[in-house]
Amino acid sequence: MIKQIILGLLLGGAFGFVLHKVQATDPNKIVGFLRLTDMHLAKVILFAIGFSSLLLFIGLATGLIPPTHIHVKPSYVGVIVGGAIFGIGFGLGGYCPGTTIAAWGAGRRDSIFMVLGGLVGAWVFVLTYGWLKAHMPWLFEPVVEINGTAAVTIADTGNPKYPALVSGMPGVVVAGIIAVIFMAAAWLIPDRIRKID
Amino acid sequence: MNQTWGWLKSGIVLGLIFLLAVAVVKPIGVSTQYVIADCLIFCNLKPELAQKVVLDDGTVEYRSTNPYLNKHNGKYVKLAKGPANYGFVFVIAMFIGGWLAAKFGGPKVPEDETWIPRVWRENLGSSWGKRMLGAFISGFAILYGARMAGGCTSGHMMSGMMQTSLSGYLFAIGVFAIAVPVAILVFRR
Repeated sequence: MIKQIILGLLLGGAFGFVLHKVQATDPNKIVGFLRLTDMHLAKVILFAIGFSSLLLFIGLATGLIPPTHIHVKPSYVGVIVGGAIFGIGFGLGGYCPGTTIAAWGAGRRDSIFMVLGGLVGAWVFVLTYGWLKAHMPWLFEPVVEINGTAAVTIADTGNPKYPALVSGMPGVVVAGIIAVIFMAAAWLIPDRIRKID
Repeated sequence: MNQTWGWLKSGIVLGLIFLLAVAVVKPIGVSTQYVIADCLIFCNLKPELAQKVVLDDGTVEYRSTNPYLNKHNGKYVKLAKGPANYGFVFVIAMFIGGWLAAKFGGPKVPEDETWIPRVWRENLGSSWGKRMLGAFISGFAILYGARMAGGCTSGHMMSGMMQTSLSGYLFAIGVFAIAVPVAILVFRR
């Protein structure tokens, strides 16, 4: 119990600290990335995903990281639709649910209203979930299903709960190829794609 | 001191944080905690939303009359009813982490940006109310969307794509298909 709280404090504190250091807490940087005029955060995110993925799958292959720590979310239609609704607020506000909390700590006070809006938005979803399930059941239809589950990965994680789309090849090879593509993309993407005059 | 990190150092350190979290506990995710915080506030007003039931054989069950809160055997109710837990402490600590980063080493938030980001001011003006309304609506959209999707940038995009989850890719497609045109159209200057 107390161990969980200390871990939460340390990991959450480190995460908030790093989000600010990499400038993910800066709406100017988020908007710059989304309007393609400042690709710093695109490079950061692509590299972070590729780098962590490579080490994760090496950890899984060598047994250093237990496959029970893997947690894959199901792929249903609402993931794409919810992402699109998320995209409206992300493009307009310049914060994510997590970065706005670290940004608030760092001194960006418009985050207070972002968090308040978030609390209301999350609660409205809780209240409308039953209606959505009854009237828009397609939102909850799986996009892909293997062995009766929509919680699928591309590379095999070694956790039997989550089937892999690419089977018959070691997960570390498949994930390794993807990771190299992500890290190369981070390297190759120019600092800006568009210019604003 | 007002230091930021270059993209490579940033990517390495951010990646290591996500890796450390999954190696030690579980993948990072933030948006669930907004529901827990909501239940801490609203479930007290309507006790039937969060019930702790002790069965005859002594086992404890968590239930809600709300179908969302009742999901996964009342997982959300259990987290809201229980004492402070890992996920909730994690999110509170993120605030402290952001504060520490700005305080020690920086970058400091420029004084004229404490309420309104520069890019917003340049495109949509200096009205305080307009930015706060915009932030509120944006916050509403990101959390309504994240809850529909079952995760946000950290859970789906970072942790998800790190594990090569298909859902992470689907979420990213939905997000950028809308966020990129919105940002291009709204922030022209």
